[in-house]
Amino acid sequence: MISWRAIAVATLFTAAPALLAGEIPPDARRSGYTFMGPDTRAMQDDDTTNPGMLFVLDGEALWAKKTGSASRACADCHGDARSSMKGVAARYPSFDKSLGRPVALDQRINLCRADHQQAAPLPYESRDLLALSAFVAHQSRGIPITAGDDPQAKPFVAQGRALFMQREGQLNLACTNCHDDNFDKRLAGAPITQGQPTGYPLYRLEWQTLGSLARRLRSCMTGVRAQAYDYGSPELVALELYLMSRARGLAMETPAVRP
Amino acid sequence: MAALINVPSKAKRGDIIEIRTLTSHIMETGFRHTADGKLVPRDIITSFACRYNGTEIFRADLFPAIAANPYLSFFTVAKDSGKFEFEWIGDNGYSTTASASITVE
Repeated sequence: MISWRAIAVATLFTAAPALLAGEIPPDARRSGYTFMGPDTRAMQDDDTTNPGMLFVLDGEALWAKKTGSASRACADCHGDARSSMKGVAARYPSFDKSLGRPVALDQRINLCRADHQQAAPLPYESRDLLALSAFVAHQSRGIPITAGDDPQAKPFVAQGRALFMQREGQLNLACTNCHDDNFDKRLAGAPITQGQPTGYPLYRLEWQTLGSLARRLRSCMTGVRAQAYDYGSPELVALELYLMSRARGLAMETPAVRP
Repeated sequence: MAALINVPSKAKRGDIIEIRTLTSHIMETGFRHTADGKLVPRDIITSFACRYNGTEIFRADLFPAIAANPYLSFFTVAKDSGKFEFEWIGDNGYSTTASASITVE
């Protein structure tokens, strides 16, 4: 009898960490904003001190500017972004039927440039691409994230989740080891967040510029001494998609400010 | 280049008002090197000035240690309705201006 109880207790204790680890329940999901100090929060909250708004302004100008051999502006098809782009970024990365895979917002902008404007693609992390992405995503500010709800995207969400759970690099760490299991603690001086991608592209004070979620993921991979995936690689898009689906229900903040 | 200016649109005569400015600039220090060892040339804003109805009320010199997209905030006394003019001058002939108007009652 006693031995049975001991086994039961032992089973419970070995099973408990496995139950505690893993996904964050919806009501416990928190934006990176809640991990920041009051000064950085104030910087994000006021549109005249948020440096990300400079990119949004540039993006607004690009939206209306005719470009490519088709000599068309984004506005010529999409009209006023305030209505046509509202809520769009909250659904990205989104499944593209013709490509048969999900595409991120910056990739969608480049596809649009190629297909409808006959313009050269903008390089990843270039000022113009970030500005356009920020302008489009800004129209979704305050709207809850719903990316990954599309049934066709589910296999890619699963792929992203597998990558999130997979240990990598010389430090042999998976994303989940910090961002599911140890958020609210500190890594040296910096708070460990849940890694919810609510405000991309966002202004990172460390970068002194706006950057995409792909750039943030790549710098985390370099941090664990892993070889980072290339910009635009399917693995990065799958990770972005999983992260967005993991942040389901949180409000968009673009352009966010982060330390 | 984009600039964000925050000046209250209305104020009472004699009020102390805050003016906030934010402008796009990379503020490259001139101390950094590329991966292949070449020095990245300095490219910063060197001076900022604010004129209130033509009179200079604030001026600042900027240096390489100042972060990208410089944010400057300062105070002045609202005297007359009119225009604030802002000017940023920097390396490589960089120059940009912005303005904002105020109604003083």
